[in-house]
Amino acid sequence: MTDVSAPANPPFRLNMLIYDRRYRSMTFQVIVFILVMALGWWLINNTIQNLRALGKDFDFGFLFQRAGYDIPQTPIPYTSDDTHLRAAIVGLLNTIIVSVLGCVAATILGVGVGVARLSNNWLFARLMTIYVEMFRNIPLLLWILIIYALFTEIMPAPNAYRGENPAWSKILFDNVALTNRYTAIPGLGMTNDPGSLDLGARVTISWATIAFAAALIAGWFLRRAILAWAQVTQDRTGRRPTTWWINLGVMVVPSLLLIWFFGLHLLPPELKGFNFTGGLNVQNALVALWLALTLYTGAFIAEIVRAGILAVNKGQSEAAFALGLRPNRTMNLVILPQALRVIIPPLISQYLNLMKNSSLAIAVGYMDLRGTLGGTTLNQTGRELESILLMMLIYLLLSLIISAGMNVFNSRVKLKER
Amino acid sequence: MKKSLFLGSVAAVTLSAGVGMADTLADVKARGELICGVNTGLVGFAAPDANGNWAGFDIAVCKAVAASVLGDPSKVKYVPTTGQTRFTALSSGEVDLLARNSTWTFSRDTDLKLDFVAVNYYDGQGFMVPKDLGVTSAKELDGATICIQTGTTTELNLADYFKANNMSYQPVNIDSNAEGEQQYMAGACDAYTTDASGLAATRAAFANPENHVILPEIISKEPLGPAVRQGDDLWADIVRWSFYALVAAEEYGVTSKNIDELVKSSQNPEVQRLLGVTDDLGAMIGLDKEWAKRAIQASGNYGEIFAANIGEQTPIGLARGLNAQWTQGGLMYAPPFR
Repeated sequence: MTDVSAPANPPFRLNMLIYDRRYRSMTFQVIVFILVMALGWWLINNTIQNLRALGKDFDFGFLFQRAGYDIPQTPIPYTSDDTHLRAAIVGLLNTIIVSVLGCVAATILGVGVGVARLSNNWLFARLMTIYVEMFRNIPLLLWILIIYALFTEIMPAPNAYRGENPAWSKILFDNVALTNRYTAIPGLGMTNDPGSLDLGARVTISWATIAFAAALIAGWFLRRAILAWAQVTQDRTGRRPTTWWINLGVMVVPSLLLIWFFGLHLLPPELKGFNFTGGLNVQNALVALWLALTLYTGAFIAEIVRAGILAVNKGQSEAAFALGLRPNRTMNLVILPQALRVIIPPLISQYLNLMKNSSLAIAVGYMDLRGTLGGTTLNQTGRELESILLMMLIYLLLSLIISAGMNVFNSRVKLKER
Repeated sequence: MKKSLFLGSVAAVTLSAGVGMADTLADVKARGELICGVNTGLVGFAAPDANGNWAGFDIAVCKAVAASVLGDPSKVKYVPTTGQTRFTALSSGEVDLLARNSTWTFSRDTDLKLDFVAVNYYDGQGFMVPKDLGVTSAKELDGATICIQTGTTTELNLADYFKANNMSYQPVNIDSNAEGEQQYMAGACDAYTTDASGLAATRAAFANPENHVILPEIISKEPLGPAVRQGDDLWADIVRWSFYALVAAEEYGVTSKNIDELVKSSQNPEVQRLLGVTDDLGAMIGLDKEWAKRAIQASGNYGEIFAANIGEQTPIGLARGLNAQWTQGGLMYAPPFR
């Protein structure tokens, strides 16, 4: 028997579900839950009913049929004889290419501009302000179209490079040709080709690429080991050994040796027939999309970086100056590391935005996931529901992966409280 | 009790959504307006004029249907659709009828659940190149950059043609004819490919049409025609026969000018049936007696529409060719009105 003075629980009555605070919140949660489920059920049921009325079924079999259309930019081998699934994967890879390029460039640009906006140079800081306000206040789609139109109208057709006295000539030691279709850049040739690793499904990766990647990764670990050794030496003797040339050596020398070993050389693009061949033709659609995404997202990142820097207490930079650190070292060693913990979380959103915004590629005919699976495939097969659902799922997964990766990075740079 | 009422109303809503899509004729009549999916702008076939009024060869089909169903060819709302959006617009019920130079293919007719009711223009895919490129045959286009509208049959034909001839090409994907024109004029592609009629129409809109040639190769069959949703046979019949009324009218010499006179004077039983003088064919498709007469009055018979919009007297200058009446060696052949 427990406390006798406590009142006995009154018998449960139905109106207590609303008037008794103990049950009220539970009641409302149950009601909302039922409503949400009913809405979901209604949506699904409506879809099924209407599909049936149209005489359509729900089937992903179309992914394994012949696609029949060509794609201008194919990171993995693809012909019109391949399946819609492979076309979708090519589109996905194109999405990833432009997203990664865009994220890297936007971050570099954004950090630079964000720091520059706080510069003491009045003109410089104002110019950066103009850039930020211009780009973040005009819709991205317009920027993409403007930049693409500029490329189309200003650059010459490949024909302009023809003849004895061409109207245009290649730049960068005869290596790069700008045209209104693509930028022709040199390809890489090897006199000592080591062959390729077959990953299956006609995807191959050159052994030379693997060798270079291995050399760079090994060099990076070596560099870390050398820096750790330098730290230990400094702690013991008070004198830090000069390491920059060893570091440079372990990063660069193996690559140089590999270049010599494989006989790596540039294959400059040549005008043959209608177009440049021999090199790599980077589609203007990709360049225009990349530039627009970079400039647009860079403006947002600049503001995030500026906010992050301003969030660091002024006393920190004053203390650093008092210690005799020069302004750029103060920025790199004192301010930025502290600002990062403010910068990273909104930066994740910007990366996600950039990746999703890349689906505007369709405006310039860049065949990304939206252009293949959600464009031509959807159109040729008439599988709207399946294509759109699959596309939503893929974009969702991509976003979650970016988000997860950046959260790991965030947890590493955030303020450690001990 | 309450629960079953709720479920019942949900079921009723979904059911009505399903049933509502199947009776297009009633929908159009109730709305008092026909919603017609058309091209975003292809001179001669479907394009708004300086005053914003849509005109063209495909527009005439919309007008004929509106005239026979609603009695007024102007009661049409035109919805511009791209190659990408057109079939979704039709199957989702956004438009009642698609008159947008769309190719009749097996998979579109079956898998996409559309019904192509007739062919209003027999076309084929061709290539247009600037004259100074010096190309005289599509076989010389190996390695060329080619502008192509995404989501079209031309995209598939192009891939097949170059594969069959062992040639390579660089596609530049574009979304609409206007964008293709812009890219082609800027030299961003060596050649522009679409239906030969579309090429002629596009070229007619250029400042210097004589500087561009359409190559002789026709690489595909492109029967273009109006399409409706599958499963509404009455509506399909109305669109089909409204169009055939125009074809039959040309065959029997009924024009927008002499039609009133022929109603009174014609002794040809086929013409009398067509114009609703004797039999009441309209009742069989849920319309009144004079439906076909109004369809013909809307913009004239098939020959008149052809001549006014894309014929040899217009800047587009297309010959009748395959689209002549069967009596003239063409393929235009209306089944008997009886």
